[in-house]
Amino acid sequence: MSNLPDPLDSSNSHRYISNAGEDIREMLATIGVDSIDRLFESIPADVKLSGLLDIPGPWSEIESRRWFRGLAARNVTPVDHVSFLGGGAYSHYQPAMIDQLLTRSEFLTSYTPYQPEVSQGTLQSIFEYQTHQCLLTGLDVANASLYDGSTALCEAVLLAERLVKGKTKVVLAKSIHPHYLQTVRTYIQNLGLEVVEVGWGADGRIDLDALRAASADSFAVAVQSPNFLGVLEDYDAVAQATGTITKIAVVAEATSFGLVTPPGQHGFDICVGEGQAWGIPTQFGGPYVGFMVVREALKRHMPGRLVGETVDVDGRRAYVLTLATREQHIRRGKATSNICTNEALIALAANMYLSLMGKEGLREVALQCAQKTQYLRRKLQAISAVELPFAGPVYNELVVRTPFAAEEILKDLEHEKILGGIPLGQFFGAGHERDFLVAVTELHTREQLDQYAAALSAAISRERR
Amino acid sequence: MSTPEDNRYAKSHEYVHLEGNVATIGITDYAQKELGDVVFVELPQVGSELEAADELGSIESVKAVSELFSPVSGEVIEINEALADNPALVNTDPYGDGWMIRIRVSDPTEIDELMTAEEYEEFIEKESAH
Amino acid sequence: MTTTVEEPTAQRDVAQKSATEPLIFERSKRGRRGYQLPTLDVPEASLDELMPAALRRDEIKDEVEVSEVDVIRHFTRLSKLNVSIDAGLYPLGSCTMKHNPRINEEIARTPGFAHSHPMQAEHQVQGNLELLWHLEQTLKEIFGLPRVTLQPVAGAHGELTGILMVHKALAKSGNARKYILIPDSAHGTNPASAAFAGYEIRELKSNNRGTVDLSALEQAVTEDVAALMITVPNTLGVFESEIKAMADILHAKGAYLYCDGANLNSFVGIARPGDMGIDVIHSNLHKTFSTPHGGGGPGAGPVGVSESLMPFVPTPTVERNEDGSFYLDYNHPDSIGRVRAFNGNFNVLVRALTYMRSMGPTGLRRIAQLAVLNANYIRTRLKGHYHLPYDAPTLHEVVFSDKNQVPKDVHTLDIAKRLMDYGFHPPTIYFPLIVSGALMIEPTESEPKEELDAFCDAMIAIAGECQERPELVRSAPHTTPVRRLDEARAARQPVLRWKK
Repeated sequence: MSNLPDPLDSSNSHRYISNAGEDIREMLATIGVDSIDRLFESIPADVKLSGLLDIPGPWSEIESRRWFRGLAARNVTPVDHVSFLGGGAYSHYQPAMIDQLLTRSEFLTSYTPYQPEVSQGTLQSIFEYQTHQCLLTGLDVANASLYDGSTALCEAVLLAERLVKGKTKVVLAKSIHPHYLQTVRTYIQNLGLEVVEVGWGADGRIDLDALRAASADSFAVAVQSPNFLGVLEDYDAVAQATGTITKIAVVAEATSFGLVTPPGQHGFDICVGEGQAWGIPTQFGGPYVGFMVVREALKRHMPGRLVGETVDVDGRRAYVLTLATREQHIRRGKATSNICTNEALIALAANMYLSLMGKEGLREVALQCAQKTQYLRRKLQAISAVELPFAGPVYNELVVRTPFAAEEILKDLEHEKILGGIPLGQFFGAGHERDFLVAVTELHTREQLDQYAAALSAAISRERR
Repeated sequence: MSTPEDNRYAKSHEYVHLEGNVATIGITDYAQKELGDVVFVELPQVGSELEAADELGSIESVKAVSELFSPVSGEVIEINEALADNPALVNTDPYGDGWMIRIRVSDPTEIDELMTAEEYEEFIEKESAH
Repeated sequence: MTTTVEEPTAQRDVAQKSATEPLIFERSKRGRRGYQLPTLDVPEASLDELMPAALRRDEIKDEVEVSEVDVIRHFTRLSKLNVSIDAGLYPLGSCTMKHNPRINEEIARTPGFAHSHPMQAEHQVQGNLELLWHLEQTLKEIFGLPRVTLQPVAGAHGELTGILMVHKALAKSGNARKYILIPDSAHGTNPASAAFAGYEIRELKSNNRGTVDLSALEQAVTEDVAALMITVPNTLGVFESEIKAMADILHAKGAYLYCDGANLNSFVGIARPGDMGIDVIHSNLHKTFSTPHGGGGPGAGPVGVSESLMPFVPTPTVERNEDGSFYLDYNHPDSIGRVRAFNGNFNVLVRALTYMRSMGPTGLRRIAQLAVLNANYIRTRLKGHYHLPYDAPTLHEVVFSDKNQVPKDVHTLDIAKRLMDYGFHPPTIYFPLIVSGALMIEPTESEPKEELDAFCDAMIAIAGECQERPELVRSAPHTTPVRRLDEARAARQPVLRWKK
């Protein structure tokens, strides 16, 4: 034990731990023990470490900056390249004020608002976030947020299953984000449920005949729009094909709400998705914010936290976590979900984004995305070796096919400092090795779109040689 | 606390008021006090068949949820729709406007196995002593 | 009727007093604008060329129109209605509200991390993959376990992941079994996660020390039991001293020992779960490893597993090639699958690794030592003023009850609310469920002695008020932005959104 540091020795003090030698001596005297080790006697000696952990540190901030910045510098990112990557994570305009305000202590370092009297800031923000979600989706009740889009879809499927007795089949469009589909399969693997995937037709939209056939004995159907191929689904046609079965709309590109009709107006019961596009950095996949909005009648089946309005004893309007009896800390094994958190800080960022952009800005962002995508689409159509395999309407993403392996083309584009797309062969296998998914946002300039088309054309020529 | 003489009582704190072969079921005054402010009552659908001791629904206060059990067997012929908008009726008038469901009983002898008002009062006295 | 506002002399302004802020929707005025985009620089297509009319919406009815000034004022004012760990002690038991170092925030915002895309090719994100690989190595050493998945994004998400792995491992050996054993002192997420992983729950009664009884466990572990889920130390702060014997009992029957790592802060660097016979543990990085709670998330919940569970971890994993480069490995045929899109909460993981490096092996050990010292100091100072339902030695937290105050008709909720008037966030209350009127206090290692003393002085003053002026405590808080809320009204007639 000789190599273990003495907590009383001030050379072992640490900047994050206030109490040191003198404090420790006084506190030990108050407690009436002669060493800190005595406080750990309930841990049996044979499970205690005899030495220190074998890990690096302690580092100063100077050393941390040096090492972590070194790692970050080894990444190729949209900071030094022009990125056309989407596929469920999008680079949009991030207003400067959001991150500035997010780092305020009162938002960053507060806990779950279980004590409403001293948490009104967080609670009111969630209430506003819930309101934005309802306005955007055309549905009635939103929760305080879930982990992300993939797990939000899992929760939607589980919610739908609780509504119907005796049915075990859920129908999911194969054009839902592949990670979301994989996550659903993981979640439900022991629950006796069956997933049936329905593919797409020539236009990239869900195959309605197959959907009609598959959904007849299912408890729910889910489609994504814009789907993973970038194509917008026809909500009305999906609704017609599936009758009274619970319908789930998945939206992985949340800025599309600015222009695309909300699923709540087309007979959908649940809308879930990923809110990252609302000004959240792509940050290698997380943290993001999953949203869930449902019809009024489903509110008591909702997973996760909900904030409601009430008054205090003096009659002042105030906000509080409510309908808590659905949740795990009360209903335990019979709860609507095991979730015990929301993504409060990211939901707050989303609330700030939606408020700042507002009615006009949300529409303008969506319009610019659609206009620029349309522009690029035309440009690409003019390249004879490029095929755009799906003719269905798109928002800001499209599948591009060339005569060559997608990875090879994309490597060529990378030489031109362009992150040119996501190869689809990894998800859809044979027949899709030459396909990649290209996303355009309001951040792209006409010059960059022109360069993209030119670089792609050049890459194809190079491959030909 | 009131415990009307003309009801029978279950250990899970439901009461049964029998008229002819129709049983009106709710929770007792003692139970509503223990629960506190009732915020939601989940009831079965009219037409469903219940066996004695089946779960008939649940009752929620702000921070607790309790299951409700049917003390008798039979078909649910009516539920108290007013509770959907005003669950506080369970607190203010548990034996009157705060009733929950009416059942057409299939076996009237089941009611004899439930406690009388006197027995129930003794029972809760013992229970609250813990 | 007027209420006399009683402000304790020791009161500190932690949150603003008596203040409310209109909803952002109520600040909206037609024509205001909070953004500007560059002018569209491509030829404008007609709306019908963009997408058919049937797929388009009209304006987003009732969305806000506000200026940037409006938005900044609004959120700044909202922030002032919150208390935070930066403003003072936040002694929530089981939540480990410790100091959130700002270097973590700075590193996470490094553009190379913050703007990297989750669908990039491996060769483009070698820095990220190396970081994840190092984090796994570090957690493996902390846990004393040979594999850690970084994909789960919360404690409960980690629980689900862990129990799914147990299920798959048992199913692979022929029988997934039916039950998970869970002590009555457990977090509510444990039974909920076990249920969603496909198991039924059997509850284990705690003994008079608040711990699991070995003979009761021996009886409970039948051939149908898949695992025992325990929290170490448990939710009373008591370490299960017989933990190795518990693991032996389970292992002898082919069952697993799952550890809820919510309380890892009390023994990190002192002892390792793997050395105790634990097969699976999740760690809430937002607790032990200082990532900010952000008002309730985001967090991260990596899961460490023993050798027999390694084949079942979620895909992909991060592996190192012989040449020192890194790749994502999808080749785990027995994996439970993916538990979330992309790579988990990467930028929470960045913060946590920054913290682990800042602490190093000596710092991590010191965390546990000082967290336990601080908790025992509070325990010593408050014992006698508040009832201590379990007298067993405790580590990083201490659970009192309101038994001494109930005769005056003052309850735990009242004490918690009164603490706010003294400028402190209340402890966790009414948990664990095995203590009636529980007050669960966890100070963490961050707090200086002066802050602990101020808290104890406030608690002792409140104990006095409970005897002499109980009505003052029952009607608390008096000095917060809003006072006690009508929670029954919120739940009876739920208003869950603003409407025009």
